[in-house]
Order: sequence, then structure tokens, then C-alpha cells
Amino acid sequence: MRRLDRTTAVLLGALVALLALGPVLPKWAVFLVTVALAKGLVALGLLVLMRAGLVSFGQGLYYALGAYAAGMTVQALGVGDAVPMLLLGTAVAAGAAGLLGLLLARYRTIFFAMLSLAFSMILYGLLVKSSALGSTDGFNVVPRTVLGLAASRGGIYGLAVICCFAAALGVHLLLGSPLGRLAPAIRDNELRVEYMGASVRNAVHLFVVLAAALAGLGGGITALAVGHIDPEMAYWTTSGEFVFVAILSGTGSPLAPFAGAILLELLRSFAYEYSPNTWQMVIGGAMLLVILFLPAGLWSVFARRRRAA
Amino acid sequence: MPAVLEVRGLTKTFGAVTAAADITLDVAEDTVVGLIGSNGAGKTTFVNLVTGYLKPSAGSILYRGRDITALTPRQVTRLGICRSFQSPQLFDSLTAHENLRVGVDIVARGTGAFASSAAGQSPGEAVEAMLRRFQLDAYRDAPAGTLPEGVRKLLDIAMALVVKPQVLLLDEPTSGVSSEEKFGLMDLVLGAIRAEKVTVLFVEHDMEIVRRYTHRILAFYEGRIIADAPTAEALENSEVRRFVIGDEPGRPQEKPC
Repeated sequence: MRRLDRTTAVLLGALVALLALGPVLPKWAVFLVTVALAKGLVALGLLVLMRAGLVSFGQGLYYALGAYAAGMTVQALGVGDAVPMLLLGTAVAAGAAGLLGLLLARYRTIFFAMLSLAFSMILYGLLVKSSALGSTDGFNVVPRTVLGLAASRGGIYGLAVICCFAAALGVHLLLGSPLGRLAPAIRDNELRVEYMGASVRNAVHLFVVLAAALAGLGGGITALAVGHIDPEMAYWTTSGEFVFVAILSGTGSPLAPFAGAILLELLRSFAYEYSPNTWQMVIGGAMLLVILFLPAGLWSVFARRRRAA
Repeated sequence: MPAVLEVRGLTKTFGAVTAAADITLDVAEDTVVGLIGSNGAGKTTFVNLVTGYLKPSAGSILYRGRDITALTPRQVTRLGICRSFQSPQLFDSLTAHENLRVGVDIVARGTGAFASSAAGQSPGEAVEAMLRRFQLDAYRDAPAGTLPEGVRKLLDIAMALVVKPQVLLLDEPTSGVSSEEKFGLMDLVLGAIRAEKVTVLFVEHDMEIVRRYTHRILAFYEGRIIADAPTAEALENSEVRRFVIGDEPGRPQEKPC
């Protein structure tokens, strides 16, 4: 019980701090944090899957679906407010996962990972081929308003922070619920879960849909922040980056993916600034260090200190 | 006493091997039944068939008059038949407490959250009560993967009992437990189970355990039931003595040639 309070308190603290920082941060940092938070949402969905022992190498599918659905809300439906754009993006991604989950929930380990990768690459192929959606160029997404106010970088940042807070709190509550506690049990021993009377496939299906909804929301936020979307969002390297963030962060807390995502964006920005030709090496080196010294992710530093205290 | 479990002509073949051959029997409510037989006689196959893990080649299984032959382990569990495993099936990265909590959660969800609170027990209390009953308090916060084998065995049985079955099948509860500890373990396990009036069928090789704890014996040999009788009577049965226990009084020992 105390732990629940602590995480909620830290989340509230982060919400207030990020909202307060909004007007103070330089423009580039506001943009960087918004995009990082959006990617953190996708990694948060991966955290839920990873707790159940599943890794998806295809979250780019839902990320792109969320972004394209948000874009189409303006383009096709003519609705220019950021909130319905995000809602539709989330719903479309969740709906797609509801269908694909029927198949995905039957697979585990590498087969689950490869099947999700395959689905995302099919979407990539479709997007590249569809000239109506701008083919490889994609199209611009310009929200007119954020909650009725004229759209601004700060407004989108604030909306992203609030979305992330709600998502992190929701996942935190889920992890402490019976369904959330089923996740590590499924990872450890599916046979026993079935012999205790719970459906493993239904639980996995739910986790897949939840992770997709979070990825769709993240895609929608990215579309708003960047103002442009293209098929690269569904490409496998994008999906790989989400797995990278999830591993870098660890599955210890719903706050971890956001911290990890912000750290990665910072690292990438500075690596690109100081060694433009070898920045991937810097990122790779950082990943290697985390895997070697913090196999449970960056968050384990905090968890370890707490245990020692 | 009414039959809680009825098995009719149950047959299971794996290629040329017949693991269950036309098994027909009734299990009366609120009894303790021993399943005996040499290795490969079909005891575990029987457990797997009753709990829906294996589908029979022929025959049917009825639980309180309801046909459960085609159901999955999950559906069978939900109806009230559960099992433990010869090799403990635990959630190794979770603590003993968390292992049991998974089961308590599932039961609470299945019967409505108020069912457990109506009984005056919160989910947390239900877990603690089960830990105490199986004397697992000391291991409450230890990951199941780090526990000694005897404790894992107990936890495995506690996890079968925590989902509130009415029929419990135990697959070799004393295997891997030293002979000095066997009786203590069985006292503990059957005390805990019988307190809930659960019908028990357990697979066992130790005839002293069988003699002391069972009301009735089902003796298996090559997939067939060669004896189905009250314990004392079954242990005197000549076929049981010959094929299961390994000696038959009054008959000269076969000399190896």
C-alpha cells in the first residue's frame, strides 16, 4: 500500500514539475521532451507486455496508425482540435490490436515478436504504396486548436504531459490489480495460470490491446508535435527504438519508460551535436553499458537504493 | 454417498500404447482415494484426462452428473476440480504470497468480488490463512524459485487448494520428500484439505501412506483398473500384490534364472 502511494506521489510530482517547466524551458527542449514523452508512452505499453514475458518488435504499427488516424481527423474529417485527434488515434490503434490480437495472443517469445514485426512491415508497405496518404513523403498534420485554445507548441506539450500522467497512473493501477498481477504469473508459468482457472489468451489479448492504445496515443502526440507524419513511423527501426527505450528503462515502474525516453532523446541530441558521424556508436555504447551493468534497466538504480535504505 | 466424479469407459491411446483402457469408476463425495500402480500404469494419464489436459480417445467423464469430457483445464478448474503436480508448477519469480494471491484473485473475479468478503475474508487474509495452514509463513516473501523442494511441493498443493476446488487430484505429493518427512507432510496436507471437505484422489507409491490416509484404492496396471475397493481389501487383492506391491504371500518368490 505504501508503495502505491509513493509511485502516485512521484507521478504527481513529475506532472507538476513538467507543467511548471513548460513555460521556462527553451523551445528545443519543449519539443524534445514532447517527442520523448510520446515515445515513452509506446515504451510504457511495452513495459506491460514485457511484464507478461512478451516483446513486440512491431509497436511501430500502432504508433503509425495512431499518427495517421490523428492526421486523417484533420485531413478527412476536418476536425482540427488536438484532443479528438488523439482520441481517434488511440481508438484506431486499439481497434487494430483487437483484431490482430486474435492471432497474436496465440504466440509467444520470438514468434510473437516476429509476427508483430511482420504486421508492422505490412502497414509500412501499404503506406509507402498509397499515394493518397502521401506515399513515402507522408503529409503535414497541423492542429488548429488544443482544447479550444489556439494551437501552440506549449499547448501540445501540456496536453502530452497530462496524457502521459494519466497513462502512467492507469498502468500503475493496472499493475496492482488482479489482471496486472497475472502478467508475471503468465511469464513464469502459463500452465499453472490455466490450472488456476484464468484464461492466458484473454489476458495476453488485453495486454496487446492496451499496449497498442498507448502506442497509438504516442503516435498521435508525435504527429501533433512534429507536424508531419510519414511511413517511417511504421518501419522496423522505429519499433526497435521503442524496445531499446523499454530495455534501457526497465520494467520496474510506470515512470521508467518516460525517464528512459527523455534520457535517450537527450543523449541522441548531444551525440548528434558533438559527433554527427558516429552518434549511433554513442547510443550503442550506452545500451551496451546498461545491459552489462544494469540488466534490469536504469530504474533498478532507484529500486536498489530503496532496498538498501 | 452420491458420486461426485463418474468415469465411463475412459480410453486413451498414444499410438500403440494404451495409457487408459476402458476405465469405469465412481468416486464418492468427501472421500480420500489412493491411485496406485507401477510407473507407466496410467495414474498420471488418468489425472490428466480428468482435468482436461488430455482428451480421451473414447469414454466420458461426469462431474456431479455433468459431462466434462470436452472441457479444458481452465473450465474444469472453474467447475471445482483442481490438481497439484508431481513436479511443482509455480511462478518462480514471485514470492510464496504472490503465488497464492494469483489464485485468490482469480477466484474472487470468477464468483464476484463480494463472494470472498461475504465469507468475512479479504483476498489478503485468504492468502495469509492458506500460508498458515500449510505452515509456509516463514517463506512468505521468498521467491518460489529459491525454495527447497519440499516447500515447493507444499506450495504447489496450496495453490491447487486456494482456488477452492471440491475435488482435488494430487500427483505424487510425497515424491522427492524424504521418508521421515512423508507422514508429517501428508498430515499437514490432508489436514488442510479435509478441513474444507474436499474429495481427494492422490497418486502414491508408498503403501504405508496409502494404508494410513485413504478410504479407497484404485489400482492401475497397464492402463486398466485391476482393483477398485476399500483400502484394506484392495491391499489384500492378489493382483494388486502381484502387479503393484510386488510380492504375493503364499506364493513362492520367482527365482531369477
